[in-house]
Amino acid sequence: MYFTYSSKQLEDAVREFSKLPGIGTKTALRLVLHLLKENRESLDHFGNTILRLGTHIRYCKDCMNICDDELCPVCADKRRDHSIICIVENVKDVMIIENTRQYRGVYHVLGGIISPMDGIGPADLNIDSLEARIKRGNIRELILALSATMEGDTTNYYLYRRLSKSIPVISTLARGVSIGDELEFIDEVTLGRSILNRVPFEMNK
Amino acid sequence: MNLETLSLVNFKNFSQVELELSPRINCFVGDNGVGKTNILDAIHYLCLCKSYFNPIDTQNITHDEEFSVIQGEFLLDGIKNEIYCSIQRNKNKVFKRNKKEYDRLAHHIGLLPVVMISPEDSVLITEGSDERRKFLNSVISQYDKVYLDDNIAYNKLLAQRNKFLKNIQGSWHYDRDMLEVYNEKLVVPGKRIHHTRTVFTKKLVPIFRSYYNKIAPDMEAVDLKYHSQLEQVDFLELLVQSVEKDIIMQYTTTGIHKDDIILKLNGHHMKKTASQGQQKTFLVSLKLAQFDFIREMNKVRPILLLDDVFDKFDESRVRQIIKIVTDSHFGQIFITHTDEQKMRSILDDMNTEFKIFNIAHKDITSI
Ligand SMILES: [Zn+2]
Repeated sequence: MYFTYSSKQLEDAVREFSKLPGIGTKTALRLVLHLLKENRESLDHFGNTILRLGTHIRYCKDCMNICDDELCPVCADKRRDHSIICIVENVKDVMIIENTRQYRGVYHVLGGIISPMDGIGPADLNIDSLEARIKRGNIRELILALSATMEGDTTNYYLYRRLSKSIPVISTLARGVSIGDELEFIDEVTLGRSILNRVPFEMNK
Repeated sequence: MNLETLSLVNFKNFSQVELELSPRINCFVGDNGVGKTNILDAIHYLCLCKSYFNPIDTQNITHDEEFSVIQGEFLLDGIKNEIYCSIQRNKNKVFKRNKKEYDRLAHHIGLLPVVMISPEDSVLITEGSDERRKFLNSVISQYDKVYLDDNIAYNKLLAQRNKFLKNIQGSWHYDRDMLEVYNEKLVVPGKRIHHTRTVFTKKLVPIFRSYYNKIAPDMEAVDLKYHSQLEQVDFLELLVQSVEKDIIMQYTTTGIHKDDIILKLNGHHMKKTASQGQQKTFLVSLKLAQFDFIREMNKVRPILLLDDVFDKFDESRVRQIIKIVTDSHFGQIFITHTDEQKMRSILDDMNTEFKIFNIAHKDITSI
């Protein structure tokens, strides 16, 4: 949608907001007008926060996660098991796995998955830094935690080929029946796989 | 399985149509260009989520209209199934069964098997191998879900591998591991597809021959042979051998995407030697064999759509074909024809229930 703007500042702000994913011009305008109703102090705070994204955000030198210091809180935590690395596609996935509170190892953020159709090849991902990390030693397990899509699978496969010689154990997320699923609503592929990769029954699990 | 009612809104040349159908023979008559074929295509849509003729959905919407809706009530194992399909410009196609939308269209394929016989089928003889692969896929996908999923996976992997090969020629460095990953991944669905196609063609040939000889009793020998690079050499081996060539050509030069079916009459290639009549008989027999095959595998009688099939046949062959398909072996049938009197006289001789619909000026009346 095209608007005629009464202010150049307004027009610039709307244009910037509408660059964000899922935001059209109309929504962008509404957001900007909303900000203008705020008091000066909170508007400054909003702006400075955005500015600091550019000046203060860093990437962890070990795992490539977003952080404020040289190392992210996970890598800096001595109590975590630094011999297990969980490989994820992006920063969001680290947050999701951390939320489960089940994982005590560390991460490596690939920054994407291999998909030549989208212009992403192995060289575009943080694989060299992962290799270097492994060469430094003391890594006993890699967990491949990428999406269960064709591209995720291809990337898993590629990493396995490149890294399996230097790592004792490479594992991947279990795929199967979700907790609370009724059998009739599970898709055939998942169910078939769950039967093939069944696990010993354990009480209280 | 049969379609009880069909309703169309803004589908091709029909702005609004409601039809109550016979469970056996439904015949649509009218002059050329009144849209008889469009009725059959709407039924094809409901069964396989797409047009038989035009892969671009929005081009099937009536000119100048925004949307199109096709609805049908199918009787499946005695239970009514409402199938709904809507196409809108600039939107995704919506497909519902009993008011519940499908998350993936592939889940619908196979529920309502259908076989279309149309003059367009001549491309199977005259055109390149991709038409014959399309035929293989459309038949097998109607009874084999694994095959359908394997094809989707194979095509996706192939597209990624081809793009990767292109990028090597561009700025990317040649990463051997990456290419080997694609090789090993392609082999899994590729080998399964090859096996399924081999079994399918082997079983189809005798059925196909017997139909051909029923329609054309002059003892001509027809043959159909599956041809694949995977017959001689292991697929992984093939891919490894052609890596150099693939990099130069910038696409994958070997695999089941190069498969073909060789069609022969009396030992010669169909395309070169067969007459129009022989070709037509060949195609009708092939499609009737397809019907038998799906019926056998799916345990459901597919709907049979005969679009303008009798055009180049003499009356004795037309009678012969109608006699075959009115046998209780077949189920619900839809036929289009220009000549009402001729159709009526043939159908009157067969001992089957039928309904004739006349199409004129975008209106359809049961007569
Ligand atoms: Zn870190």
